[in-house]
Amino acid sequence: MKQNNHPPILQIRSLSANYGDVIALKDISLDVQQGEIVGVIGPNGAGKSTLIKVLSGVLKASAGEVLINQKEVSTYSPSQRARTLAVVPQARQLGGAFSVEQAVLLGRTAYLGFLGKPNQDDLEKVQWAMEQTEVDFLADRKLAEISGGEQQRVLLARALAQDTPVLLLDEPTNHLDLKYQVNLLKLVKKLVRQEGLSVLMAMHDLNQVSGTADRVVLLANGQLKAIGSPEEVLTQENILQAYQIEIDTFTHPKTNKHMIFPTE
Amino acid sequence: MKTRPFLVISLLLGFSFLLSIALGAVTIPPGNALRILLGRLPWFEFFGDWPSYFETILLDLRLPHTILVALTGMALAGSGASFQGLFRNPLADPYLIGVASGAGLGAIIVMSIPQVGRFLIPIGAFLGGLGTIAAVYRLAKVGRIVPLTTLILAGVAIGSFTSALTSFLMLISDEMILQAMSFLLGGSTVAGWEPLVIALPYFTVGLALLVLGGHSLNVLQFGEEQAQQLGLHVERVKLFIIISASLTTAAAVSFSGVIGFVGLVVPHIIRLVWGGDYKKLIPLSILGGGVTLLLSDILARTIMAPGYLPVGIVTSLIGAPFFLWILRRAKKEVFW
Repeated sequence: MKQNNHPPILQIRSLSANYGDVIALKDISLDVQQGEIVGVIGPNGAGKSTLIKVLSGVLKASAGEVLINQKEVSTYSPSQRARTLAVVPQARQLGGAFSVEQAVLLGRTAYLGFLGKPNQDDLEKVQWAMEQTEVDFLADRKLAEISGGEQQRVLLARALAQDTPVLLLDEPTNHLDLKYQVNLLKLVKKLVRQEGLSVLMAMHDLNQVSGTADRVVLLANGQLKAIGSPEEVLTQENILQAYQIEIDTFTHPKTNKHMIFPTE
Repeated sequence: MKTRPFLVISLLLGFSFLLSIALGAVTIPPGNALRILLGRLPWFEFFGDWPSYFETILLDLRLPHTILVALTGMALAGSGASFQGLFRNPLADPYLIGVASGAGLGAIIVMSIPQVGRFLIPIGAFLGGLGTIAAVYRLAKVGRIVPLTTLILAGVAIGSFTSALTSFLMLISDEMILQAMSFLLGGSTVAGWEPLVIALPYFTVGLALLVLGGHSLNVLQFGEEQAQQLGLHVERVKLFIIISASLTTAAAVSFSGVIGFVGLVVPHIIRLVWGGDYKKLIPLSILGGGVTLLLSDILARTIMAPGYLPVGIVTSLIGAPFFLWILRRAKKEVFW
């Protein structure tokens, strides 16, 4: 974790949320610093996606608060929120009739008027976002006609076009083949370094988390079970408790990254 | 044709408009029709070498009828496109959440009250249509959210309830059954300029609102969750679309009866040819709806002349095979 004297850009304080009577998140507290990647792991149903829904305002928190740049965001309108925090959802067949450029332009929704007419600044941001994610050569292609890996990069470009300090990614490497997985994570890391973004990223692959994130948060049953560096969180006991799976841990000889391997 | 959609459809609209005022029981040559029309404008003057009853037929009968037909087609196709975008469902049409069955009930209630003038039928239909939508919206509301699936289901349920009431009223009063049937098949309830003047504000306001909603519908195509994360006030947009589409549809149904198929099919044809960007799709559907209903209405007035078919029969009888032909010819898939 990088130490700095700035207050954390994203602060989550005692956050809880329910689906009806079912408790989905219970008393979660964590901070994300500027320029930091925090990976959120946990078994299916642990609350990873719920956390992203609550932070992005799709689901209302039942208790607790979320601060971005020390401002409480629960009172924000959808467009105010979309200017502080962008979400990269999992690639799904939606909006297939739109071209890549039209889809990325929708990232500017929070800045556009009701009629959605973009100005020069909006178009420049869109172009920049498409170049960063290397989808500019696909600008005129329809979303339905490009591959899953390309769609995921378009969704990342759309989030970049939102021009927010905080980026949330919901299992961004799901449904992607190995090459696209690695490239996407490299791209996220590059953007964080280059633009000083703060990233909270839900992920399934524990070794990818370890290779990408500065800090790791382990959720299970809607509760925060561990937080810290990959070495501190990805331990035999933690993984056994959360996933009921025996693992070995080791340090990768070339990358020096903390790795796990199931031994069952 | 692919590159200048607005020009192409506007020309078609002008052509159908002219055809509609020219053709009928008495044919007025389109050249004469155009000169009679232009002669009404202050900066044109023509020598009238046509019988004077041409002017009466054209200005007092055909012109208001043609304008009403064009507006009705525009309203149906425009609100059909909006509802398809809102529900992200190719089967959505303007009547999906009950405005037509509500308007039908309202009209038939007015017809079944003795000594009530025919001029009240559109008012009954309008109130019935909007009242039904208001009820459906209230019923579908869960807390501060209106889930779209619940909205469709509530609309279908209320729709079959009001249709059953309509059928019941028709059966117990045998004098009005023909009049009622004609309304439910798209027989217009009015003629002349006066009702058109009353209807015009509803049509223009409704159509303008539909066009304004295009950008929001684009954002909604990625699902409500992503739309909200992109900064759209989703519940407000839903209400806006429902109000504008229902207002426009209610105006159309009240004055022109229940006309099927136009609101479903015209947006699909536009989408197949020019793509799914709602900022273009809605205005193009509006123009295309005008063209489609004008042409259908010409057929309805001429096939069995001097008799008159309810135009709803023509739109479905001719529109359905035509749409199937387009669907088969379109090599590409319709993207949703």
